[in-house]
Amino acid sequence: MVVAIALVLVGIGTLLFHFMSPWWWTPIASNWGYIDDTILITFWVTGVVFVVIMLFMAYCAVRYRYQEGRRAEYRPENNKLELWLTGLTTVGVVVMLTPGLFVWDQFVTVPKGAAEFEVLGQQWQWSYRFPGKDGVLGTSDVRNISDENPFGLNPKDPNGQDDVLIEDSEVHLPLDKPVKVLLRSIDVLHDFYVPQFRAKMDMVPGQVTYFWFTPTRTGTFDVLCFELCGVGHYQMRGTVVVEKESAFQAWLEEQPTFAQSLAEAATGTGDALKLVLNEGEADSPERGSAR
Amino acid sequence: MAISTPAEVPAEVEIVPAAEVPEVELYHAKSWVTKYVFSQDAKVIAIQYSFTAIAIGLVALVLSWLMRLQLGFPDSFSFIEPGDYYQFITMHGMIMVIYLLTALFLGGFGNYLIPLMVGARDMVFPYVNMVSYWVYLLAVLVLVASWFVPGGPTGAGWTLYPPQAILSGTPGAEWGIVLMLVSLALFIVGFTMGGLNYVVTVLQARTRGMSLMRMPLTVWGIFVATILALLAFPALFVGAVMMTLDRLLGTSFFMPAIVALGEHLEYGGGSPLLFQHLFWFFGHPEVYIVALPAFGIVSDLLSVHARRHIFGYRMMVWAIVAIGGLSFVVWAHHMYVSGMNPWFGFFFATTTLIIAVPTAIKVYNWTLTLWKANIQFTVPMLFAIAFIVTFLNGGITGLFLGNVVVDVPLSDTMFVVAHFHMVMGVAPILVIFGAIYHWYPLITGRMFNEALGQFHFWVTFVGAYTIFLPLHYLGFLGVPRRYFEMGETSFIPESAQTLNEFVTVVALIVGFAQLVFFFNMAWSAFKGKKAERNPWKACSLEWQTPEMPPGHGNFGETLPLVYRWPYEFGAPDVEEDFVPQNVPPDQVITKKGPEGLPGGAAVQPAE
Ligand code: HEM
Ligand SMILES: [Cu+2]
Ligand SMILES: [Cu+2]
Repeated sequence: MVVAIALVLVGIGTLLFHFMSPWWWTPIASNWGYIDDTILITFWVTGVVFVVIMLFMAYCAVRYRYQEGRRAEYRPENNKLELWLTGLTTVGVVVMLTPGLFVWDQFVTVPKGAAEFEVLGQQWQWSYRFPGKDGVLGTSDVRNISDENPFGLNPKDPNGQDDVLIEDSEVHLPLDKPVKVLLRSIDVLHDFYVPQFRAKMDMVPGQVTYFWFTPTRTGTFDVLCFELCGVGHYQMRGTVVVEKESAFQAWLEEQPTFAQSLAEAATGTGDALKLVLNEGEADSPERGSAR
Repeated sequence: MAISTPAEVPAEVEIVPAAEVPEVELYHAKSWVTKYVFSQDAKVIAIQYSFTAIAIGLVALVLSWLMRLQLGFPDSFSFIEPGDYYQFITMHGMIMVIYLLTALFLGGFGNYLIPLMVGARDMVFPYVNMVSYWVYLLAVLVLVASWFVPGGPTGAGWTLYPPQAILSGTPGAEWGIVLMLVSLALFIVGFTMGGLNYVVTVLQARTRGMSLMRMPLTVWGIFVATILALLAFPALFVGAVMMTLDRLLGTSFFMPAIVALGEHLEYGGGSPLLFQHLFWFFGHPEVYIVALPAFGIVSDLLSVHARRHIFGYRMMVWAIVAIGGLSFVVWAHHMYVSGMNPWFGFFFATTTLIIAVPTAIKVYNWTLTLWKANIQFTVPMLFAIAFIVTFLNGGITGLFLGNVVVDVPLSDTMFVVAHFHMVMGVAPILVIFGAIYHWYPLITGRMFNEALGQFHFWVTFVGAYTIFLPLHYLGFLGVPRRYFEMGETSFIPESAQTLNEFVTVVALIVGFAQLVFFFNMAWSAFKGKKAERNPWKACSLEWQTPEMPPGHGNFGETLPLVYRWPYEFGAPDVEEDFVPQNVPPDQVITKKGPEGLPGGAAVQPAE
């Protein structure tokens, strides 16, 4: 009896917790509502199975609890029943997988004309790069990295000269424009994730990874690193500001291009102060954990 | 061939196939040391494996408290620094998965139960079996040593992903990671020796009449898990060797050109993803290396204590085999957002959801075993039922994570932590507890204390479920795993911290409740009531030995003959509600008296 009650309580309790939990996904701010929908489908299919099995076990626990002298039924197999169960399970799996694969197809197919921008990860900070007027990101290589060229851009590549460099953890994006996020790391794995956007991808040194999304809501969102990247992992934060196209353009105008920043570095003026500040920030996780 | 119904009584019952290998002379220990220390008796080796695994497992348990303290009360424990926290999660995860669960299921239960259940006197290679344990112990000692080297153990996460694992931004990148890799390599060497033993023993040393389809599911689970391990561990071994070379000799298997903390490193040209493929080619089967023995054992516990045969025995065997096979083609579901070619997602999502079908069948058959049964809620039975609950729950969340798009927002969140703890943490541990209670009378000859066992069960089951259920929802919210502290965010409400405090308190309670278990085990070993023979009235061979606990050589003068499957419970027409595997049909007492039909003894899945 106790066991049956416990099983019912666990089953019902889990359901209640599910529906009453104050912890649920953040209000979405991208086009990936389909992902949320797939999750809901999965919840319904699996939720029904969970409850049915829990109640079935509870029933057995009461109905077939030990009685002196009773015999269990002797029926080693029931092919028909097993076939039915296999069939039903297969249907359930198809119901979950099909929408999942459709959405995945969208996820891996970047729409034509999506604007590109790059996120650069390093222990333990973010920086960003936009393609500039020509709309093309210049090539880069970790081997080019130096104090003057923290992104490792190829100085000879004309496409890179007008690239807009944002050596700051805050980035702005225009509302309702699909963007392809190119992800690059110069040291270890990182992962660029904004919970409200639902989409993420690891960044892997030695290669460029990507994902795409369309911001659908203005606001300021937290970026968190979602792949363990050393002791400063939990402090690797950033901000995405989604705003109207005009505001975005105005913000972008103010950011230095690669050519400008090289020139400034050569004359030793301009952003020097900003650089110092940035370095201070970059150091802090290390200091926090010095042992 | 279809199953014969109770009505027909086929003559084949009497046919007992000849033994496949002749009996071999056993090694007889000559001194106390060769009997109990450098022992070649699988039962002693099993105990050695188990004690070592549980001892190091307790370290992992204590680490989990420290992590929970940090997560629940981030401002109160200044002695836990970020680097420490990462070392805790790494060592906790690795110990739990490899050094506790794998070692306990295969080295512990495998060694104890395989020879007894298949009717063998010992493992086929007793000497290698002994060496296997000592190499395992060495692996554990090397692992422990990493706490005492400069920089401490590695903090790279149990997945040990390079480049991070061997770069200075990660704790233990100097020494800790090397010791971890060496320890893993040793573990694999030790395991391979033991594993070959288990496989060959099952294939070659079964007693007469013990056809494969008459083996208890426990043996099936351990057998297939061992095959998986023999095929999967080499991938990890290779990965470990390559990473050791990258770390010590400056090769670049996994290391591309890198600028780390402002410095250009010497590496170049390697692929971090290559390691991830090697790791998960091992890592996914590893889940089943832990799960399949649990599946097998829980089937036996359910059947014995429900006084009913397992439902759909043959389907259960095929499900184990199918799951084992499929587990080699799903590994990259751990890498959906790793940066591998995203088109792989289609393939791996499909294979992963296919594996759900045989897995679901197992769950159905466990619950259908309870249908029209005569269930005794003994302590082992309680744990077995709790296993179904937690495994069901964890299996369901696996369908979320396996369905590639759903994994995108959930990967690396607390949802993943909750999922794998339910499915491969809590569920197998519940089976381990159930199994220890179940076979305790066999191993010690005494009964445990029932009341303490019940108390231990309720606190552990309800507690563990309470710990991990809510964590899923933190994952939905977007709380990441492997975070030393959450700090300020705009999307995580205060209440999440309250929940974390609550979970920490429950985790501590559950942890301390384990003391009751250890007390019960230790006390009952000396003061417990003497166990009667075959106290649970089970059919399988381990309970039919002439002595209990079974002596050296297990079965006295002659090996048992096996006449039927191990689930002959509640057979119609038979006087008792169970018929052991080795009782000849003409000695089965039927309700119609000795002249009657051989009764249910005739009914069993035919080969
Ligand atoms: C009551 C018992 C347990 C508690 C309270 C517990 C708690 C935790 C916590 C707090 C973490 C770190 C989560 C994070 O910040 O990412 C963790 C990680 C982990 N645990 Fe457990 N755990 C328990 C039992 C187990 C068991 C039995 C297993 C066996 C499979 C296990 C396997 C792992 C693994 C593999 C990790 C991941 C480590 C990593 O991220 O590298 N745990 N556990
Ligand atoms: Cu990180
Ligand atoms: Cu897996």
